[in-house]
Amino acid sequence: MKITYCDALIIGGGLAGLRASLAAQKKGLNTIVLSLVPVKRSHSAAAQGGMQASLGNSKMSEGDNEDLHFSDTVKGSDWGCDQEVARMFVHTAPKAIRELAGWGVPWTRVREGSREAVINAKKTTITEDADRHGLIMSRDFGGTKKWRTCYTSDATGHTMLFSVANEALKNEVDIRDRKEAISLIHENERCYGAIVRDLITGELEAYISKATCISTGGYGRIYKQTTNAVICEGMGAAIALETGIATLGNMEAVQFHPTPIVPSGILLTEGCRGDGGILRDVDGHRFMPDYEPEKKELASRDVVSRRMIEHIRNGKGVPSPYGDHIWLDISILGREHIEKNLRDVQEICKIFNGIDPAEEGPKGWVPVLPMQHYSMGGIRTKKTGESQKLSGLFSCGEAACWDMHGFNRLGGNSVSETVVAGMIVGNYFADYCIDNELDIKTSTIDKFLAKEEKNINTILSLDGDESIFKIKDTMQRLMDKKVGIFRDGVHLGEAVVQLEELLKKTKNINVKSKAKAGNPELEEAYRVPKMLKLALCIAKGAQQRTESRGAHYREDFLKRDDKNWLKRTLSSWPNENDTMPTISYEDLDIMKMEMPPAFRGYGAKGMIIENELSTKRQEEVDELREKMEEAGKDRHQIQDAMMNFDLPMNYREKNERMGEK
Amino acid sequence: MSRDITISVLKFNPRDEDSKPEFVEYNLKETPGMTLFIALTKIREEIDADLSFDFVCRAGICGSCGMVVNGVPTLACRTLIENYPDGKLQLIPMPAFELIKDLSVNTGKWMDNMSTKVESWIVSNDEVDITKIEEKMDPDTADAVFELDRCIECGICVASCATALMRPDFVGPAGLNRIARFSIDPRDKRTDDDFYELIGDDNGIFGCMSLLSCEDHCPKHLPLQNKIAYLRRKLVSVK
Repeated sequence: MKITYCDALIIGGGLAGLRASLAAQKKGLNTIVLSLVPVKRSHSAAAQGGMQASLGNSKMSEGDNEDLHFSDTVKGSDWGCDQEVARMFVHTAPKAIRELAGWGVPWTRVREGSREAVINAKKTTITEDADRHGLIMSRDFGGTKKWRTCYTSDATGHTMLFSVANEALKNEVDIRDRKEAISLIHENERCYGAIVRDLITGELEAYISKATCISTGGYGRIYKQTTNAVICEGMGAAIALETGIATLGNMEAVQFHPTPIVPSGILLTEGCRGDGGILRDVDGHRFMPDYEPEKKELASRDVVSRRMIEHIRNGKGVPSPYGDHIWLDISILGREHIEKNLRDVQEICKIFNGIDPAEEGPKGWVPVLPMQHYSMGGIRTKKTGESQKLSGLFSCGEAACWDMHGFNRLGGNSVSETVVAGMIVGNYFADYCIDNELDIKTSTIDKFLAKEEKNINTILSLDGDESIFKIKDTMQRLMDKKVGIFRDGVHLGEAVVQLEELLKKTKNINVKSKAKAGNPELEEAYRVPKMLKLALCIAKGAQQRTESRGAHYREDFLKRDDKNWLKRTLSSWPNENDTMPTISYEDLDIMKMEMPPAFRGYGAKGMIIENELSTKRQEEVDELREKMEEAGKDRHQIQDAMMNFDLPMNYREKNERMGEK
Repeated sequence: MSRDITISVLKFNPRDEDSKPEFVEYNLKETPGMTLFIALTKIREEIDADLSFDFVCRAGICGSCGMVVNGVPTLACRTLIENYPDGKLQLIPMPAFELIKDLSVNTGKWMDNMSTKVESWIVSNDEVDITKIEEKMDPDTADAVFELDRCIECGICVASCATALMRPDFVGPAGLNRIARFSIDPRDKRTDDDFYELIGDDNGIFGCMSLLSCEDHCPKHLPLQNKIAYLRRKLVSVK
């Protein structure tokens, strides 16, 4: 039995995991990061457009601050988020970006003087002040009051990931790649590490730690049409679920991005629209202003995606061998802008579709269609990032439901969450490792290891007639079709039944090669049942949630129901042999909210079933604000009185800004 | 009309005593817009479940899928089958890296060693106060740093490089590019003397034979030729 002991174990080496590893390493802990792939290959690298942080440096972001970022995030979430967590996040984001600047991220900087920009399809001149020259620049993204998204051209995730990964190398964090955690070791409701499979040798080993942090990203590959990398199969969330103790939150909250390119599904950043790109239909008509006259192409992602599909359903899609699509037109931004700020986008369009998006007119239009993009749901945690149920298990980044995104995430908030949660959760996680002893018997470790060894042997001995590749493909198509952008009770019900059948079928497969190493089919065979469990949590949660909120849109329940559904869905899998998750709920407390539920600003009014507490709390908040303003209190004091929040390190300190006292 | 195509792969599992390197041919139908990512995934799912290769982003961003296609090191995910008129593609794993199995090589390990050797991070004693306004940086300098920061460490330049094949400790074009990147970053306080200490030998800047295959094949079109030449002239003048 091979056992590796450490203080702090991190599963997943993307931005969130690496930043958390630095928090632990810098507190003197023996820290190990496990990753499926070399960490610089993580899906974080694919984040293109940028990171939200309210620096307020450039002309179009002047006056920005934490309060505006908070309000955008809460509205974006359709009031589904944890507002205290959203506050912790917006308050730390400027610090995260400044830390990254120190670690070498070459953020695009403000340039003094005038430049032309395209706003609402019109050329506009923007003039930057001389005293801002050289500070960090920001661009526009959907659902934000100010231009808040800081960037390095359209390779933001790449430059961030390389800086943080190299910072981890510099600090001698022990990073081990091509290692896959396949189950968590736990006893008496505490997590002690993981059983890990070496993806080169096939060997199983135990990693024992005082606490374990899962940062394995999202579960996009449960869908066929997704922008996610092939490694985004949600294994971290799945092994947490399989403990039978830890819960997953809001799994039905799945985001569909408006502009992946057709047919490959490779993402074209929201920066395309943020910088002024527009959407056109089969007639070349710009249709978004017809649906959303105020925000147009820059409405929240869930709104734009739905409007695109709605428009296609109205017969205005562009026919193609891959089905109908919409055109994205960035040619109006001009070649110079595209070749500087949207270079990867141009490269992707040229290589995969033979289209140069800088070419003027229809020749430069790019086919796009909404596809799965982001998992708002994940391992449900407390504000510290620790599982509500399983002590010593932490989670951060997309893998977690920490819950700053609720039912819809704003563009630019995910890559921001990775590093911010890495800082905040990473520090709480490190403190847990410092405060707790290891007290686990080797016999317990042996039991978990033996169980996984047996599972692999069982899979290799199966002699059925099902193909694991076919089961996976069926699941993915089913999720696209029945648990997609538009949902209803009938299709969700069918999906739940069919997914359960697929899960049962995984016991009747046949893996052709019996090798324990270098056997890709074996890997599919132990991963797909886990993916199916996650898919069931999504479908079942979506079936039971009889309302529309953010990205979860029910055609049979069109209204947001604050009266009955202001709650978070919790899924668990108490018995190994269950074929269906156990669903429960956690109420959101309106009376503690800084921003009580209200109209989000999209579509028709009157689409909310009001909760009477919303008005009550609003009055309370208004009254408090008025009183404190009269007494000459500043925005920080007022905010603190409305909803207090804590942060580790010096993250609670104020963020300095130009033009702010 | 879809074409019949043939993909020939050099298969070998160094961990299996019975395995011998051999080319295995796979015949399949081309689909519109088919890339090597799509083709290899199809082969694994329908013909040979034992075939190993690496993809992550499948969009030319992560640098996982470097391999040698008809003699040319390239990113497989960005390789369109339609660009091969005879419909025949021969795939071998990239040289210079440890072979894991078939088309899968350990570029990650190589790049970590390189990164540690060239200290591929900002070196400075300045403490950044993250509650304060960030230090200003000239926008052109930031753009220039970004230009070189675009390297995705895919290893194609290393697989293309004759020196890298002869000298296992050579930091490669990727490593030299990292030094070039930090040498123009005002936040990095290292001097030319410091950089000389790191790469002032035949495993560094003086190992390059100027064959320039690195720049020919770099999928990110980094200006490797210029940067390496400039760095060499600069470091020759040290000491």
